[in-house]
Amino acid sequence: MSIKKTSVFSVATAAALAVTLTACGGGTGAGSASGAYDKNATVNIGSLYEPQNLDNTAGGGQGVTEALNGNVYEGLFRLTDDGKVEKLLAQDYKVSDDGLTYTFTLRDGVKFHSGKTLTSADVKYSLEKVLGKDSQSARKSNLEVVKDIATPDARTVKVTLSKKSISFVYNLSYVWIINSQAKNLKSTEDGTGPYKLNKWTRGSALSLDRFAGYWGHAAASKQVVFHYYKDATALNNALLTNAVDVVTSEQSPDALAQFKNNQNYKITDGNSTTKLLLAFNDKAKPFTDVRVRQAVSAAIDDKKLLESVWGGYGKLIGSMVPPTDPWYEDLTKVNAYDPAKAKQLLAEAGYKNGFDITLDTPNYDPHPTAATFIKSQLAKVGITVKINTITPDEWYTKVYQNHDFTATLQEHVNDRDLVWYGNPDFYWGYDNKQVQQWVAQSEEASTAAGQTALLKKVNRKTAEDAASDWLYLYPQIVVASSKLSGYPHNGLNSQFFAYDIKKTG
Amino acid sequence: MTRYLLRRLAFLVVSLVLASVVLFLLLRMLPGDPANALTSVGASPEQIAAARHSIGSDKPLPEQFTHWIGQLASGDLGTSFVSSLPVGPEVLARLNVTVPLTLAAFVLAVVIAVPAGFAAAYKRHTWYGALLSGISQLGIAVPVFWLGMILIAVFALNAGWLPAGGFPPDGWAQPAEAVRSLILPVVTIALVMSASLIRYVRSATLDVLDSDYLRTARALGSSFSGAMWRHGLRNASVPVISVLGMELASTLLGAVVVESVYALPGLGSFLATGISQHDYPVIQGVLFVSTLAVLVIGFAADLVQRIIDPRLRDRLSGGAR
Repeated sequence: MSIKKTSVFSVATAAALAVTLTACGGGTGAGSASGAYDKNATVNIGSLYEPQNLDNTAGGGQGVTEALNGNVYEGLFRLTDDGKVEKLLAQDYKVSDDGLTYTFTLRDGVKFHSGKTLTSADVKYSLEKVLGKDSQSARKSNLEVVKDIATPDARTVKVTLSKKSISFVYNLSYVWIINSQAKNLKSTEDGTGPYKLNKWTRGSALSLDRFAGYWGHAAASKQVVFHYYKDATALNNALLTNAVDVVTSEQSPDALAQFKNNQNYKITDGNSTTKLLLAFNDKAKPFTDVRVRQAVSAAIDDKKLLESVWGGYGKLIGSMVPPTDPWYEDLTKVNAYDPAKAKQLLAEAGYKNGFDITLDTPNYDPHPTAATFIKSQLAKVGITVKINTITPDEWYTKVYQNHDFTATLQEHVNDRDLVWYGNPDFYWGYDNKQVQQWVAQSEEASTAAGQTALLKKVNRKTAEDAASDWLYLYPQIVVASSKLSGYPHNGLNSQFFAYDIKKTG
Repeated sequence: MTRYLLRRLAFLVVSLVLASVVLFLLLRMLPGDPANALTSVGASPEQIAAARHSIGSDKPLPEQFTHWIGQLASGDLGTSFVSSLPVGPEVLARLNVTVPLTLAAFVLAVVIAVPAGFAAAYKRHTWYGALLSGISQLGIAVPVFWLGMILIAVFALNAGWLPAGGFPPDGWAQPAEAVRSLILPVVTIALVMSASLIRYVRSATLDVLDSDYLRTARALGSSFSGAMWRHGLRNASVPVISVLGMELASTLLGAVVVESVYALPGLGSFLATGISQHDYPVIQGVLFVSTLAVLVIGFAADLVQRIIDPRLRDRLSGGAR
């Protein structure tokens, strides 16, 4: 899972069905870019997420995924921008009948940027690095099912799991394959991707050059430079003055006005996986009562909130599952907005005159706005909300670690994170034995269909139980110069594949 | 003078040591754990403990402090908790932006403020003298980020003459780009800084203009400009220099707002990032270097004042010559 810890830490996103809103007036821009393009171009990418360091097992953060995933480093598998898992450095793989042994055959002729040829030893090293004692990888816990890694020959890797894990291959798409002899991975790299690191000027920019020895299709443009900004206004100014060609993720609808109806820019509205949650402490009164949770969910007009925060962008969701997860189902009708119903449920639960709660609210956008909105909505059904503004760090200690809260607001960033409702010790304390069983069974399912069927049940049950109130799904907005094409629209899990980006002169 | 220098130097070292202790302790009193900033939210307690161990925040405070001081003594600012990269080279790289930015802004501010402040005092009974004072009053009220945004809108977004922000990735290896990217930030800081400087120069000049010694000098036959040059300027510059010293020091760190508006990789933005991530070595490193700079600037200002004003020499060194 991943929760957005500070506004800078993460944004995230994901998935399929990219609805592309070409917002340029003339529509000429989008078309002209796909024809002839400049192979020697430098593509300037503007981002708010500078890597902390260049190692994704040493707290490199969201920025390192954005800049290096798929561009500089590759995994055995790739999570495509539309949410599919496809083979990358793995040419083929077989799963044993008991689902416990995975045998991977590596692609032939793959070279690291240093010139060394990829072997099974590098794959073993890379997996062990994620699983290592000091690893800060967010995927470490998902991959702990790995019991043994054997390398029968230079092109074969055999991984044995302690129990079945249907998500294993998906999780492998997060594991970078690194040269086992590489040093200084926090400030340099040695991957197999279409781009190699040229220079990282901390606080400023990270430039990538096309790797001549790449095993696959060569990168479209000669150079890609990620420019880092702390301030969204400065970033948009850079786009307006052509200092950058594309902004990876717009964080506020306010800035879009200056790019709309301007034929020099294209705005795309992709799919994100970031959900804004009003999370109840399901183990604390009054939220131990399912009727109270349902009442609060029904008392808040999510549509109005989304409109006021994102002005027409974003989507409503009725559960933890975004449309791009395989187990998505439209559940917006469950506990939909209905203040009369909310009042009735409260009365049934014995709170005819309402109650007082404290809402722990992270101090960065959009949480304060959402908190104020919720306060006014809940006041109408007799619930008095006291807004307690806290820093990300306090949130982490008070809410996440100590479970010392009644209700809180938080962004949940990743795809496929419904499974956290199967963990009764998670911060929101949703404890349903049936759900826990379904979640456990889904991971040990033999087929994706089996997994999907079980998680659909989890999805419906948690929605009906109003385990949390899922306020809305964020939009994923990319603004680019009309000269650009081939950039990702969804930026799944913060990735930003740059190798297909083409620029016309 | 030697005795004074030695004493002043000793004072500088003691101040620096005291400042380091305060710095170190204050940071540790902040709520929150740097290990949290390191790990993802889904981290297990073991991962957090490992993170804590790797950065040494599980060790007792005195041990952490002696470790840091030991490093400092050997010229090492330590290693960032978050990036695991050394802080020293990073601070140096940031100084490459912040020092030219601060110095250029400072010089420009002085160039604007001294004549303007003098004119505001000397011509205080005319309309333009009053206008100058008025403008400087207004200038003090202008927030620096607002001025920055206005300048960007006018000169970068509309006119397209200068970049809206950023610094060339290769830094001063691209001198023309580097200079171009610093012009607007320098002007922004200089304008805001000169607004307050004008007022100091004006009041110092007023003191001089009303002084007995200037009247006496005039009575003895000096021309106004001659008297001003020989006596007035010297006297007026003493208070102004101490203000200049303070302004310079505060700009060094105060550039954080300007750095953010113009997306410059300076010391201020480095500090801001460090604070948001509980990255103690970064915060300590930046603040230590800036404390040092502030003390040195104060020292230099003192020294210049003593050179200008012999009375100070007598007073501060207890009569010894």
